[in-house]
Amino acid sequence: MIEQIDLTMVSWARATFALTAMYHWIFVPLTLGLSFICAFFESIYVKTGDEQWKKLTRFWMMLFGINFAIGVATGIILEFEFGTNWSNYSWMVGDIFGAPLAIEGIAAFFLESTFFAVMFFGWNRVSKKAHLFSTWMVAVGSNLSAVWILVANGWMQHPIGMEFNPDLARFEMVDFWAIATSPVAISHFVHVTSAAFLYASLFVVAVSSWYLLKKRHIKFAKRSLTVVCTFGLLASLFVAYTGDEHAYHAANVQPMKLAAMEGLYDGEHSAGLVAAGLLNMSKQPGDEQDSFIFEVKVPMVLSLLANRDINSFVPGINDLVFGNDTENIMGVEEKMVRGKLAVAGLGDYKAAKKLGDQLAAGKALTLFEKNSDYLGYGYLDYAEQAVPYVPLIFYSFRVMVGLGTFFILLFMVYLYFLYKDQLEKQSLLLKLGAFSFFLGLIAHEAGWIVTEVGRQPWAIQDLLPVTVARSNLDAGTVEVTFFMFLILFTALLIAELKIMTKQISIGPEGD
Amino acid sequence: MFKNAFDLYYDGFRSMVVGRTLWKIIFIKLFIMFAILKVFFFPNFLATNFDTDAERADHVLSNLTQPPAEKH
Repeated sequence: MIEQIDLTMVSWARATFALTAMYHWIFVPLTLGLSFICAFFESIYVKTGDEQWKKLTRFWMMLFGINFAIGVATGIILEFEFGTNWSNYSWMVGDIFGAPLAIEGIAAFFLESTFFAVMFFGWNRVSKKAHLFSTWMVAVGSNLSAVWILVANGWMQHPIGMEFNPDLARFEMVDFWAIATSPVAISHFVHVTSAAFLYASLFVVAVSSWYLLKKRHIKFAKRSLTVVCTFGLLASLFVAYTGDEHAYHAANVQPMKLAAMEGLYDGEHSAGLVAAGLLNMSKQPGDEQDSFIFEVKVPMVLSLLANRDINSFVPGINDLVFGNDTENIMGVEEKMVRGKLAVAGLGDYKAAKKLGDQLAAGKALTLFEKNSDYLGYGYLDYAEQAVPYVPLIFYSFRVMVGLGTFFILLFMVYLYFLYKDQLEKQSLLLKLGAFSFFLGLIAHEAGWIVTEVGRQPWAIQDLLPVTVARSNLDAGTVEVTFFMFLILFTALLIAELKIMTKQISIGPEGD
Repeated sequence: MFKNAFDLYYDGFRSMVVGRTLWKIIFIKLFIMFAILKVFFFPNFLATNFDTDAERADHVLSNLTQPPAEKH
């Protein structure tokens, strides 16, 4: 097995990036969601004047603060990695990412840091309404930060609003609004933030359920649950809706990702959605083997979800790799030919410019521009390289969707027993609720695996594969940093868990 | 107004309980990140190896037109 693991520099760089991003994402959704939950609780306090709501708000605000403090700046490590491990990529996208990330930095700094102080230090020093305003501003500021990061990520999935400058080897922004309002970026943002609200709701459910199981802070826990289960239910329904939108856009701009999510090798009209299935792990593109050992399909649903038309054709991996003339789908092999022309045109342009041959440079540039949409395919050695690792994407997608459905049911059952005032008697449900926070984390990470592994081999969809995006470094250099991060992140996670569990066991002050 | 803002921060930091531990963790983390990781392990590859943007662009263009072999 160990012989099959790819130990190249690019693999270690990807593993390090994945480790950092997955660790960072333990904290981010909790910050995004808990900030709004605190704002809801405080709004009820300001509206009712009931001091119990204030106590409740302050408790959840403290847990929000702990999470924020441990998670803060872990995202900066990703930027370090861009500069060191992914220098070609960083250079090429600097002009595109500069504006969104600068806006993110300024918004985060002014909104979060200004109102953060009032939110934590301003109790009894500013008016109730001014304090509430600060809490809402922290929530809005935190979520605005996510907008620009996800716009940048959305651009990588669907690069638009730019032109490639062959003299500087950079993608240059020509239409900021096309990038900022890209449907892919917007659907990505609403899906991710609503999933963050869901995840934070599960955190409150977990802590409150633990209190009920321990028969501590019962009134406090039930009050928290009443608000959060309603919020969580709405968030989880919205996650399902936005997930559908997200998949619809993937079908249009990243059909290979959708095919991998479904384990669909041979495209079909009126394609069915695989509700459950066991993949044939030895299946390869173009061979005659069955894709599944067994599968349960819901007829026509995939066509409906992908194209909003139950009779439409959904391309499979084989159609995308080898082409399908009937459905007018260009295969990867043809794209590779065009991509290699783009690469050759770029090389000739560079050489001609050096020699000062303007005529040759013009011809080379025309060749490049004619084929530049397929630039990334020019770096592939064989067509099957354009296929991501299907089993990981297929199963991660089902884990995410399965857990998402489970969370909808969980919030509904919680609300039912809260309404009947019988929740504290449901010990099995409370144990499940306490455990569900970890399931939420798994669902989030599975979602990111679908998004990021699903677009492999691309760093920028169709334009730049990860093998070219990387720096010219030795694998050993990157390997060392991977294990350093593993140790650092584990230590930070232990610190967070220790502080968080201590504060949870102390409970809300004076209750 | 400035005094009120100063007092808000001053009193807030003085009265922190859990916050003191959190600030310690934040400072240790930032020190590790910027004074150790960034300096010794994460130099900016293009900034370190090339002096001008023209050289950096030329290097990236070279990689785009003649991708280097994968290093193990």
